[in-house]
Amino acid sequence: MAPLTPRRLAWVCGGLAALLFAVVVISLKLGAVPISVSDLVLNLGRLALGRTDELPSEYRMIVFEIRLPRILLGILVGAALSVAGAGFQALLRNPLADPYVLGVSSGAALGAILSLIIAARATVATPIAAFVGAAATIGVVYLLGRRSGQLDSYTLLLAGIITASFLSAVIMFLMTTLSGRDLRGMAFWLMGDLSATSPVALGWLFLVLVLAIGAIYTTAADLNLILTGEQEAMHLGVDVARVKIVVYVCASLLTGLAVSVSGAIGYVGLLVPHVMRLLFGSDYRLLIPASALGGAIAIVVADTLARTIVAPTELPVGAMTAMAGAPVFIYLLRRRLS
Amino acid sequence: MNAREAAGTLPASAAPGTSDVRLCVEQAGYAYAAAERAAPLFTLEATSFQTRRRELVAILGPNASGKSTLLRLIAGTLPPLSGRVLLDGVSVSELAPRVRAQRIAMVQQESPLLFPIRVWDYVLQGRHPYGRPLRFESPDDHAIVENALAQVGADALRERWMHQLSGGEKQRVVLARALAQQPLLLLLDEPTLHLDIGAQVELLRTLRRLAELNRYTVVVVTHELNLAAEFCDQVLVLHRGRCLRAGPPAEVYHRELLEQVFETRLEVEIQADGTPRVRVRGRD
Repeated sequence: MAPLTPRRLAWVCGGLAALLFAVVVISLKLGAVPISVSDLVLNLGRLALGRTDELPSEYRMIVFEIRLPRILLGILVGAALSVAGAGFQALLRNPLADPYVLGVSSGAALGAILSLIIAARATVATPIAAFVGAAATIGVVYLLGRRSGQLDSYTLLLAGIITASFLSAVIMFLMTTLSGRDLRGMAFWLMGDLSATSPVALGWLFLVLVLAIGAIYTTAADLNLILTGEQEAMHLGVDVARVKIVVYVCASLLTGLAVSVSGAIGYVGLLVPHVMRLLFGSDYRLLIPASALGGAIAIVVADTLARTIVAPTELPVGAMTAMAGAPVFIYLLRRRLS
Repeated sequence: MNAREAAGTLPASAAPGTSDVRLCVEQAGYAYAAAERAAPLFTLEATSFQTRRRELVAILGPNASGKSTLLRLIAGTLPPLSGRVLLDGVSVSELAPRVRAQRIAMVQQESPLLFPIRVWDYVLQGRHPYGRPLRFESPDDHAIVENALAQVGADALRERWMHQLSGGEKQRVVLARALAQQPLLLLLDEPTLHLDIGAQVELLRTLRRLAELNRYTVVVVTHELNLAAEFCDQVLVLHRGRCLRAGPPAEVYHRELLEQVFETRLEVEIQADGTPRVRVRGRD
């Protein structure tokens, strides 16, 4: 693996951004109503020039009011979950850590549901409650995952999986007993869905995600050392406690926000950082931006498949990511055990 | 001629004045307890010693005698409950982590690597205390890493993966990372643990040479009594959290003391060059 230089960082991120753009164009084109690439380019051009009045109304409807917001939401959620996964992996020194596997997504979902039950009108409360749910869950999993004061990687995974299963059961209980209220479907909270969002929500989401990913990125060089051992990192001048708090808060925030808008989409935080490590090495200064872009690509691809393979019926996007992610998780687990 | 004279160091008693003192441990102590108000499970009683530039100090003692605790107090990662540890007159536990890492380097017992890493990138980590967040390594950093690898004879390993190295090779690379920190004080926690006798001697010889060349003060925790006698200027003997004796090996190595500490029958011979040698009395 070539050593990391600013030039290499720019090339990798540029390449991934180009790939993301290509995936977005293809995703806009595909769907129940097929659209030709030339029409798409023409109309995207009109949109970019601000000549929205020239847009045919069916285009405006299908491409810009249904498909595009959904793709943008997918980009933000994918980036958030992937960076959160990479962050949890460093924080817990466990390459199999992922917001979904550790139960953090379920904690966020439960927080969001509770806020919808208690204060249905307060839309700001939902992401905050999801963040609190995520942060509390990772705290509990961390405590359960310790054996005689040491963090044990398999005990931790087990604690996460059990916590996720318990929280999912609580979510199902709430959904069943409180049916009729505006809580969205059970599939949304347990499997994830990108179908409904507003431009205002997208704007806020973008802002907070950029800040949280940026904050994690400032600790990238420190995370490289924490991965070789906390004691060693301390001896190399890392303020380990401060870095852990930054990553803990920001990764919980990213998970909470992603879940509050798209439900619990699994395995992206595991799969994407892992593929990026294989392709570009494990330096967090490159891994974090590469994971953000890679996560965006992964979710857009997964969601496009979810809404096209059995069209006009749609699958939850989480079903697609789980079908890809779960076998990879098993493979990684077995490779570590051998 | 023993190894100390071979390296051209002055005997401790010949060093002029106290201005040359680099590390000064003054009555430093620590206690571990299960809970805040519970009785301590382990106590390191007040320990004092001083050491100069270019000196090698060994901390000796059986398992659970407090060696690693003392080393962590010296490293500044564990603040002492009593007394203080001064490096060039400054209390080490009060230094900011980054500044501390520019002055003190620690070679720890092996910790497992989560992700594969190349030797070059591993040694480059030693430059972390000098970088700002997100700054990429400069040509200077690369030159320093190159030099650190050369000093431990590991230039040829730079493209290799850490997990594919032998025990001796890995130990040299870990040492190179510590050298890349350009410290004043080099600490090693049982560096000879998984090494064969040849590699152990090679390591101590390297430390001796580096201490001389770079004016390091070196403190090493070890179980190897004879290597410590051969290569170190001072030894400290710890037993159940107490420092029983500190000084040059010839003054510290007494049969009664070592037998009491290590709870086995030993013999101490003084060799022609004045270096003591410890032998196990197996059969009478």
